[in-house]
Amino acid sequence: MVNDIAIARNDFPILKEVINGQPLAYLDNAATTQKPQAVIDALVHYYQHDNANIHRGVYTLAERATEQYEAVRQQVATFINAASGAEIVFTRGTTTSLNWVAQTYAPTILQAGDEIVISIMEHHSNLVPWQQVSQRTGAKLRYVELTASGELDLAQYGDLLNARTKIVSLTHVSNVLGTINPIKKMTAMAHTVGATVVIDGAQATGHFPVDVQELDCDFYAFSGHKMYGPTGIGVLYGREALLAAMPPAEFGGEMINLVTRQKTDFKPAPAKFEAGTMPIAQVIGLGAAISYLQHLGWPAIIAQEQQLTAQAYQELTAITGVTIYGPTEPTRRSSVLSFNLQGLHPHDLATVLDLQGVAIRAGHHCAQPLMTDLGVSATARASFAFYNNQADLQQLVTAVQAAKEFFKL
Amino acid sequence: MNLGGLNDLYRQLIIDHAQHPHHHGALPAASQTITLNNPTCGDVIKLAVTFADDRIEQIAFSGEGCSISQASASMMTDLVQGQTLTQAKKEIQVFLEMLMENPAATQDDPDELLGDAAVLAAVIKFPARIKCATLAWKALEQAISEEEAHE
Repeated sequence: MVNDIAIARNDFPILKEVINGQPLAYLDNAATTQKPQAVIDALVHYYQHDNANIHRGVYTLAERATEQYEAVRQQVATFINAASGAEIVFTRGTTTSLNWVAQTYAPTILQAGDEIVISIMEHHSNLVPWQQVSQRTGAKLRYVELTASGELDLAQYGDLLNARTKIVSLTHVSNVLGTINPIKKMTAMAHTVGATVVIDGAQATGHFPVDVQELDCDFYAFSGHKMYGPTGIGVLYGREALLAAMPPAEFGGEMINLVTRQKTDFKPAPAKFEAGTMPIAQVIGLGAAISYLQHLGWPAIIAQEQQLTAQAYQELTAITGVTIYGPTEPTRRSSVLSFNLQGLHPHDLATVLDLQGVAIRAGHHCAQPLMTDLGVSATARASFAFYNNQADLQQLVTAVQAAKEFFKL
Repeated sequence: MNLGGLNDLYRQLIIDHAQHPHHHGALPAASQTITLNNPTCGDVIKLAVTFADDRIEQIAFSGEGCSISQASASMMTDLVQGQTLTQAKKEIQVFLEMLMENPAATQDDPDELLGDAAVLAAVIKFPARIKCATLAWKALEQAISEEEAHE
């Protein structure tokens, strides 16, 4: 399997790019992953052979496009083990998925004095929408805090939950700390007080298998572009009964059953959420990405990412002045490593690394409350995908050492 | 190791200013205090200015930021302290134009006008870092315009 993974790197043409005279070591996979040729080909093939608007035409080409689009809905359902394709809504991405739940579903169950629980490690996309709902409804926004090891404090979470808790919205994997949260357990705890559970799966779905029935969550949001698919396409999973109760966020073509002068009858979910012409090519590209991942198989993907993360953790920690944030135990974290080099701002570090061909992220990672909590203004972040290799890792470590030498730290 | 490009950006003068910034701190009696942040990276600058007789009498800055933003603030405060508002506004304009993609055909020579800050011209080769360099200057621009609106 290790051999298969090493070969799989060749499926990603962009990884052959030369950046600032150096081979590209792409280590910003938590921001977006690169695309395998199979996904690029699927997009090209669609536009060359199958392009037509879906659900509308009676002609053969439109039927072909519709069939492919709906087949991916079924494929996504199988991928996350949803009970049926009717529970899969296509959206623009995780942000849109979370916003729709917050803006249309949440107000139907929230009253002033109710409580929404999120965690301090949330990305702004699973934080700001809840602040907005909280301001609109008078529901109180409460936070699950961190333990010293960068994990969610389950005891304090247990104390937060009460009969007023109507919504619990948590990230599956932290985009800063890499922490993999115990979602199954936390969902069960939330359900004992009758809360609806929303999960941000943006950093999870491309890295390990996700089973929404096993997790037992009520909504699950993720993006195509963070799991080797195209940008502009995401998914909102929702239990059938919840999607039936959730009002559409947008209105227009294709989401209606019957329109009269004064009122409109909507189609059932998921169609009622997919107003207008959807990103059809991107849906088909997402299908190709899922097929690609399934072809590689989770054991090989997980083994490669864990090995790289554990080794990077060890080699970066060995550099005096480097602090890594988040869990120390490799099996409790994903392939995201946030770190700082003492005496050098992460922006300066990222510029130095860029000149060595190493692409990492530097900044607050859209998690400003978490940064405040960690007592830093920003961090550097390297995040691995299965196509990264030893050469990428060594390029990172050598470049951090070079930064240290250059700035005489 | 390709460190040549690094020397272009991080001249010794920039590192010196970043590691030992001038006018770093607060001004309790400031006429204007402007806090600006760079939303893409979370860097913050708090610029405090005391104005007197159409001049910048005292200026100081604090906040969190990278070497480029700290050095730029240090160089700028060196330059403008004691200057007239007209002179400072001219320098802000020349500095911002120096780092624009298509600089306007200006007759002004940054080397003559901007003192140490002229070395920050190198930042133009690092587009992702231009906002770091301009943050302090935009804060001063705002402080002056609020002071003038106030009068």
